[in-house]
Amino acid sequence: MFAAFFAAYAVLKDGVNSGPSGKDLFNLPYALIETFVLLFAALTSGIGSIFVHRRKRKRAITFFLITALLGLGFLSMEWIELSDWIQRGYSWKFSAFLSTFFTIIGTHAFHVFFAILWVFVFLIPLFFRQITDTDIRRLSCLRMFWQFIFIVWVCIFNIVYLIGAL
Amino acid sequence: MFGRLTLEAFQHDWIEYAAGLSMVFGALATVILLTYFRLWKWLWKEWLTTVDHKKIGIMYIIVSFIMLFKGIFDAVMMRLQQVWSVGDSMGYITASHFQQVATAHGVTMIFFVGMGLMFGIINMILPLQIGARDVAFPALNSISFWLFTSGAMFILVSLIVGEFAGTGWTSYPPLSGLKYSPGVGVDYWLWTIQISGVGSLLSGINFFVTILKMRCPGMKLMRMPIFVWASFATMIMVMFAFPILTATLNMLTTDRLIDTKLFTTEAGGNPMMYINLIWAWGHPEVYILILPAFGIFSEVVAVFSEKRLFGYKTMVYAIFVITFLSFIVWLHHFFTMGSGASVNAFFGIMTMIIAVPTGVKVFNWLFTMFQGRVRLDTPMLWFLGFAIVFVLGGMTGVMMSIPAVDFQVHNTLFLVAHFHSVIIGGVVFGFFAGYSYWFPKFTGIMLNERIGKWAFGFWLSGFLLAFMPLYLLGFMGATRRLDHYEPQTGFFPLFAVAGVGAILICIGFGLQILQILVSIKENKKDLSGDPWNGRTLEWSTSSPPPHYNFAHIPEVHSIDPFWEMKKEPEMKKKPLHEIHMPSNTGVGVYLGALSFIFGFAMIWHMFWLAILSAIIMVGCLIARLYEKNTEYYISVEEIKRDA
Repeated sequence: MFAAFFAAYAVLKDGVNSGPSGKDLFNLPYALIETFVLLFAALTSGIGSIFVHRRKRKRAITFFLITALLGLGFLSMEWIELSDWIQRGYSWKFSAFLSTFFTIIGTHAFHVFFAILWVFVFLIPLFFRQITDTDIRRLSCLRMFWQFIFIVWVCIFNIVYLIGAL
Repeated sequence: MFGRLTLEAFQHDWIEYAAGLSMVFGALATVILLTYFRLWKWLWKEWLTTVDHKKIGIMYIIVSFIMLFKGIFDAVMMRLQQVWSVGDSMGYITASHFQQVATAHGVTMIFFVGMGLMFGIINMILPLQIGARDVAFPALNSISFWLFTSGAMFILVSLIVGEFAGTGWTSYPPLSGLKYSPGVGVDYWLWTIQISGVGSLLSGINFFVTILKMRCPGMKLMRMPIFVWASFATMIMVMFAFPILTATLNMLTTDRLIDTKLFTTEAGGNPMMYINLIWAWGHPEVYILILPAFGIFSEVVAVFSEKRLFGYKTMVYAIFVITFLSFIVWLHHFFTMGSGASVNAFFGIMTMIIAVPTGVKVFNWLFTMFQGRVRLDTPMLWFLGFAIVFVLGGMTGVMMSIPAVDFQVHNTLFLVAHFHSVIIGGVVFGFFAGYSYWFPKFTGIMLNERIGKWAFGFWLSGFLLAFMPLYLLGFMGATRRLDHYEPQTGFFPLFAVAGVGAILICIGFGLQILQILVSIKENKKDLSGDPWNGRTLEWSTSSPPPHYNFAHIPEVHSIDPFWEMKKEPEMKKKPLHEIHMPSNTGVGVYLGALSFIFGFAMIWHMFWLAILSAIIMVGCLIARLYEKNTEYYISVEEIKRDA
């Protein structure tokens, strides 16, 4: 699905409707910070998952909560960046380039949102009882999902931001 | 409150009223009958909430047959218009309604008949053939089915509320964009495909895992029946192709809903992007339909020739060559739309190469029949019909793969005749062969052979009469989706012949319905569990199979395991064990219903309802996570009682 979006981006990124292109809009250091925030979210979910396997309940909860917080931080950074663009009049309605950009970022943010939601869905029961085999399986899957989100973000950073800023 | 939905949406011409009302009455009659016989509880417990792959398969087939009825009805309406609307007469339906009927026909037949029959038969057969007790994720399987059904509902509802897309089944922008299609038709099209497409994707993942993880001991990959191989390749294509569809539809939806500029002709948008993407999904899609049909024929030919399938390994290789090639030929759907000569040449050559593995398969089937003891029962007749019609359709396909020829016949009835030859001749005949071959397995009663053969005769002759004239009409320049023409064109006699063909097909379909009724009345039981002298594992259990499929998980030592088992004089009795099975769940029904409400709300811009149903959907999923009693055990006594 993201591959299809990237293909669309590659075709449409020059369709700027005589407005700003990636070169004018992208703030690469800011995007790099976002990348690191998400990297650490994936990393802490990995560490959390190790503690789940060792059945260390409290540490697992702590690390997955950090994951969720970093995820929220990532989303709010995106929000700040993009709402600034929209205020300057460059929303998805402005040009094909901005349309594909917002489609990709929006779809990715949607995934991040559900990853955060699912952290809470899986964690809340752990406050009240011990870790079961089902929890181990679920949280391992969730960890993979966080890593998937990060890998997709790496592709976005390379294809959308770096190539787009050329 | 109701978004765009006003009373105007319910105003139609008399034809649409008649269709819509008959549908409403049909639904009401069903509800009344169910209430009268007090069957609601039975329906809910035994069918709607089931996770049994066999019952889900049967429900897929029932939905597909209802949709097939609708699709054939659409086709007859178009044929009637094309005979009627000549010269001064404008026919009986308006041009815009005609385009809606054409679009609905295509969408119905591809998504809800082709895909439905395919997933139905795979559901019923595949777990049995690999010696499994169910699919890998039974509840997910139920969800997939209900998303598919929910998608089908949109087409039916669009008859009563609003309109359907008039843009052709692929809905190219800019025509399908907001500027040129401001109505709800394209939105119905989008959500019907989006929701059933998600269901297909989930099924694809489910069966992929099932084939890799659930095979019985001894069934190595190279011992799997060809039908399983074909399904495996199909699921790989589903997993690669359907996300492209989801992304593409998503982009068209945002274009129409929040005014993005992706496929518009202004602000830098690019409609060709859509056309490339839709065919990057659409071309694999036609192979997703045909490969399982090829798999069915491989089973049928071997059984009814009483011979091992010729060239098992080459069959497997051919399947995977087709799988690979299916992803690099999409551009042949639009040779005429402005790509350069060298690009066209590349895609033309790739398209021609597909004929090679397909030819390998056809020859393998013919060599399987050679020197075999061929029995001409109904499934085998469908194969013979297929062999003629499909090869013909394949050859016209190779003709059109030459870009220069395609420039002449692009979007004419020649193309329509070509893809109906391969889809009716290949996919539909294939699934009918599978349906008549496996019917006794699932119901425990034999189908009436006599009516079956008549139905085949009507289908084949009707097909030839209905579509051979279209090849000629295509050469004469008749375009597809043509709702009116002048008598001087000389189209009329050929359209009249095609109309007669459509009537014969209707009789064939009617005979198939009659066949089911007569067979139920005759009630000729299949007590052996193996009426056709079969070769694969599904025939080793009783007909219909118990809900746990096999009392003992079978062990396999060769390619045709049941054939080998039958040769062995005595099997050692192994002790029975408790069987671990998944329990029924209503989550599929709830998600199907909610996704329908969600889609309907999005179509009519009732955003509060869309958000509400989306939240409840997520709630349903979370509730499912903490559901208890998701599995149970069947005791040894119960298994003994069945045996």
